[in-house]
Amino acid sequence: MSGAPHWSAGDELEERKLPPIDRMRLIKYAGASGDFNPIHLVDEAAADAGLPGIIAHGMVTVATMGLLFSPYLEYGYIKTFRSRFSGMVFLGDVLHVGGCVGSVEEPKEGRLYAFEVYARRDEDTVASGEVGFLVYEDQL
Amino acid sequence: MLYAEFVGSHSEPVRNLVERGAVRRFAEAIADPSPLYVDEEVAVKSRYGNLLAPPTFPRTFDYGRIEGLDLPSAGLIHGEFRISYERPLLVGEELMCSMQLKDSYDKEGRRGLLGFLVFERTGESLDGERVFTTNDVVVVTEAVRRGIGV
Repeated sequence: MSGAPHWSAGDELEERKLPPIDRMRLIKYAGASGDFNPIHLVDEAAADAGLPGIIAHGMVTVATMGLLFSPYLEYGYIKTFRSRFSGMVFLGDVLHVGGCVGSVEEPKEGRLYAFEVYARRDEDTVASGEVGFLVYEDQL
Repeated sequence: MLYAEFVGSHSEPVRNLVERGAVRRFAEAIADPSPLYVDEEVAVKSRYGNLLAPPTFPRTFDYGRIEGLDLPSAGLIHGEFRISYERPLLVGEELMCSMQLKDSYDKEGRRGLLGFLVFERTGESLDGERVFTTNDVVVVTEAVRRGIGV
């Protein structure tokens, strides 16, 4: 029997709590992505930009929401991913990521689950968006 | 409207390799535990028969530059990111990547006039098959606009 996920509209993914954002994570992400914008790395550059401290790359938050789907890659993949940024993420911030199924479609390639996803720090949503996760036809 | 004369302009496509070490470092940086990004043995036995790249990995590619379009180096805000795939991206494949300024529009915000730039980036196989399309919305604040004199 396949261990493929089977979701229905309204189902929630278990919310995940991530380790606090630290400088090393942002340095590694800068190196891995090539985004060396100094407001993510250098305190003085953040201060010059009028920020209380360095801020995380928005794409770190996007990737973090993507982690919700890593356990299911044998059964499908992220076909579409959209994220709107609504708040800055600072050093020490602890993010929670989660999502729920908005709708289910049945294209010929399989079953496409439209998730609404979010990243929050306490009650502040820092990013929200949609993920289209396609479960392959042979896994249904 | 910022950079209106560049709307519709493309970069020259650049050839990019989805390199195994780059994928490993990227997966580590985003703390993604999936073995399909890093463990060759698991990946070969999977349905893909190959290592995968994480969904946001296309951020790392070189998309070339739009001739004459020089954005300010500081103060831009990333408003939105969107990507859509035709199929998963595999380690070891080569892609032709390019970008275009898709749209530019202004909106009055609480702190003045905001400029919005929409960039579309694409990756195609060497046979010309589309693999992914991304859209980024970049916000230019009034303070940054003043700094560049537009």
